[in-house]
Amino acid sequence: MRITQGTFSYLPDLDDGEIRAQVQYAIGQGWAVAVEFTDDPHPRNSLWEMWGLPMFEIADASAVMHEVTACTAAWPGHYVRVCAYDATLGRQTTALSFIVSRPDHEPGFRLDRQETADRRIRYTLHAYAADQPSGERYRRDGERSP
Amino acid sequence: MIAANGRTGTGFAMPRPGAGGPGPAARPQPAGPGPAGDPPPSAGDGDGGPLPGDALVDLDEEGRALQISALLERLDAEFVGLAPVKDRVREIAALLLIDRLRARYALSSSRPSLHMCFTGSPGTGKTTMALRMGELLRELGYLRQGQLVTATRDDLVGQYVGHTAPKTKDVLRRAMGGVLLIDEAYYLYRPENERDYGQEAIEILLQFMEAHRDDLVVILAGYQDKMEVFFRSNPGMASRIGHHIDFPDFSLGDLMQIAERLLEQEHYRLSPPASDALRQYIGLRMRQPRFSNARSIRNAIDRLRLRQAGRLVAAGGRISRADLIEITAADVRGSRVFNDTAARPPDRTS
Repeated sequence: MRITQGTFSYLPDLDDGEIRAQVQYAIGQGWAVAVEFTDDPHPRNSLWEMWGLPMFEIADASAVMHEVTACTAAWPGHYVRVCAYDATLGRQTTALSFIVSRPDHEPGFRLDRQETADRRIRYTLHAYAADQPSGERYRRDGERSP
Repeated sequence: MIAANGRTGTGFAMPRPGAGGPGPAARPQPAGPGPAGDPPPSAGDGDGGPLPGDALVDLDEEGRALQISALLERLDAEFVGLAPVKDRVREIAALLLIDRLRARYALSSSRPSLHMCFTGSPGTGKTTMALRMGELLRELGYLRQGQLVTATRDDLVGQYVGHTAPKTKDVLRRAMGGVLLIDEAYYLYRPENERDYGQEAIEILLQFMEAHRDDLVVILAGYQDKMEVFFRSNPGMASRIGHHIDFPDFSLGDLMQIAERLLEQEHYRLSPPASDALRQYIGLRMRQPRFSNARSIRNAIDRLRLRQAGRLVAAGGRISRADLIEITAADVRGSRVFNDTAARPPDRTS
């Protein structure tokens, strides 16, 4: 099941040229761009691991593309996203966030039902990937995690 | 266009506070996401396959489309002298043009390495030229942004183990898409201290210069002799730099032209005797120690302005606009340079 999180998530995966153009737009807006990664696909997991510090004062998207490539290579089988932070007074929030790299195979989620008092049912999402310890999820056979 | 809700708009927009004006960091940019920074399109390519081998293309027409001659004319008008630099820019521009044409015949055309090293005496325009180079290369389509990031040893080399790499990489990231000018690059390497972190910065620089040739142009600037020593101890650096450009010293005529231009920018005018005196002054100054070409001229002009102001205030009374503009021979001959030499003119008035 394909994870849909952030902007453009219902579109086909962006290619490098499209990612570069989006990042360039973000830089042009004066946003600080950061690269983040995770292997916990739960939709409520909003704080991903940071790949270095956010990039301030950059002028060209190639700096971000360089970091995206480095992050993807260092963390194969992880989700990698690009975030753009708008520091404008009154805004101070993530202005743009989209996934740029995802594992080849995404097993998806199962729905857990929990019986509670008075025959009530609580529902929760459980990612199949999360059955494995972090670092070993989405791993293909024979592939070593970093 | 008036949107249905009565506000002017061009599409969907989330209401957001502070959207009235551009943010502090906002820069002019195309209105929406899109392929920004592509090289300027050339005339008539992109349609159909490669041209047949016996077809002819119009070099002049393609050149006009790229506006190369206008660019070179502007360079000529802006900088006095500096023939070797202008020649090199002309060659780079010509290569761009030829590559565009080669691409139309489906011949390979890879981007040349554009890393440069500027050497020359003090005040010959190395830093000024580097400032313009980013802009030039962007207009030629070799750089996407063309911004200039200036770095010295302090910006690249850290204070303790593990501090250098992030610092250097941060500077390199900021410079991507443009020009990184490393002024007085030889200070990066300190042979007398083997625990110096400069070597680490140099290694990261070399790696980036090789891997990101398309994204970044590195310009090293410095004095000739010290640069020689630097390259001798870092042969990898010398071989990765394609353009070693030596800035020649300015001739008397060049310096005179520079002086006139600077005065014109400041809205001053030399009286004809003052012009002769200034020529004489520059001739004398050139023979003195610590003469630093255009920089000395700029300093001399600052002193001219001081002497003119002193003269006008001392005279007092009513003065006209012409008095404020004109610099007289007396202002020029007030300089210490005339005092120090035997060639002191008899008609010195102040």
